[in-house]
Amino acid sequence: MRLNCPCCGPRGVEEFTYRGDATVRRPAPDAAASDWVDYVYLRDNPAGWHRELWYHAAGCHAWLVVTRDTRTHEIADVARAVDIARQDRENAGS
Amino acid sequence: MKNDRYSIFSLLRETLRGQTGWKPVWRDAAPQASYDVVIVGGGGHGLATAYYLARRYGIRRVAVVEKGWIGNGNIGRNTTIIRSNYLLSGNVPFYECSMKLWEGLEQDINYNAMVSQRGVLNLFHNDAQRNAYIRRGNAMRLHGVDAQILDVEAVRRRLPFLNYDAARFPIRGGLLQKRGGTVRHDAVAWGYARAADRLGVDIIQNCEATGIRMREGRVVGVETSRGFIGAGRVGLSCAGNSSRVAAMAGLRLPIESHVLQAFVSEGLKPFIDCVVTFGAGHFYISQSDKGGLVFGGDIDGYNSYAQRGNMPVIEDVCEGGMALMPRIGRVRLLRHWAGLMDMTMDGSPIIDRTPVDNLYLNAGWCYGGFKATPASGLCFAHLIARDEPHPVAKAFRLDRFGRGAVIDEKGMGAQPNLH
Repeated sequence: MRLNCPCCGPRGVEEFTYRGDATVRRPAPDAAASDWVDYVYLRDNPAGWHRELWYHAAGCHAWLVVTRDTRTHEIADVARAVDIARQDRENAGS
Repeated sequence: MKNDRYSIFSLLRETLRGQTGWKPVWRDAAPQASYDVVIVGGGGHGLATAYYLARRYGIRRVAVVEKGWIGNGNIGRNTTIIRSNYLLSGNVPFYECSMKLWEGLEQDINYNAMVSQRGVLNLFHNDAQRNAYIRRGNAMRLHGVDAQILDVEAVRRRLPFLNYDAARFPIRGGLLQKRGGTVRHDAVAWGYARAADRLGVDIIQNCEATGIRMREGRVVGVETSRGFIGAGRVGLSCAGNSSRVAAMAGLRLPIESHVLQAFVSEGLKPFIDCVVTFGAGHFYISQSDKGGLVFGGDIDGYNSYAQRGNMPVIEDVCEGGMALMPRIGRVRLLRHWAGLMDMTMDGSPIIDRTPVDNLYLNAGWCYGGFKATPASGLCFAHLIARDEPHPVAKAFRLDRFGRGAVIDEKGMGAQPNLH
């Protein structure tokens, strides 16, 4: 499996560290305990397309959001997490 | 039920008959309209659950529905190791219960599962690790489990060919559980299937659960690729795919599915007489009765339902093997495969009721499900039959994450790929 890092180009998966589901969002500090339990522990764990966080530890140190099919390991998209976060902020602001 | 018990007499009879009288080990059952209990998932745990439901709890109208065929899932994809060398009090009694069931399994189910208590030896390589293993060994002995610390000379006498004086990871000794060992994994599936079948359990293969039918917050049956099957109670026992099946009942689980690879070499003359684990990397090895070296290491580390892994982990496993026993360097790999692991957020399993009435969950076995097979089946059967947890599995609750009562053997926190 190779990830096409937007900064470094295609690199072997051994250069990256995995951090799981990229779609969970940290609740507000005063959110209900059940929201925090959901955020920390519960996952959709889909068989199919999965948006997930990878860290390019042996490369550019960027956090990446990878869209990958968990049934085939096919990769549809690799984006910088910082760009996704910016997009999220703009969408929330507009 | 008839005269199909395996014994020296059945063996002699078939020898005289030219082996023409053996019957299929279980019936190829078609689904009936309804059952008292339907178990979703015909793996080792599901079959064991059905067996103990019929044998110990007297519930005979039981079906096991399996999407593929018996033995195709993780019961046939593991490295066959049994042990009960756990640290935490939520875990030790359960795994020791399992070990005791292994010790009487073959007589119980009348099937040769080749249970071999050849010992499990966890090596340590520095003082801190020795202390940690002494602590673990003491925890085991406090729970009545056998454990002993071997110094390096005792390890050397047993396994003279290890890489004792490696510059980075010299071997200092090991924690030995003599009662640990290996079991012929396929035989566990076949043996439980046969024993359950003899008690009237229907084992329905090529029958995939496609939905869970509920009425007023209560489960009433399972939709399958072979039609609807009504059920008084439903048990989900499909580790690897637990999230997908539980989602049919609207549940989200504290689980990620990961992929674990395993390996077997060409056959060699016997030279490893126990299970050995490397303490400085993740590598474990034993030698099967056919002579093949059976070994494995870490999970790949990312969500996967693919039943195949990638090269970096193969490399990592082989590096661990070479660091521990350089003499296997020229051995050729015969086969290599992968299975799906329910990796939970604390590295420990779940055997519990669910928010849906009469729906029970057995999940989250991480990569330690095989050794748990008998106790998992017994405790899940107990839960389904009595609607209360078995005493040795009472810590494996689904709500423990929200209550802060996690059972985290490795102390890694809520990150499934680190357990």
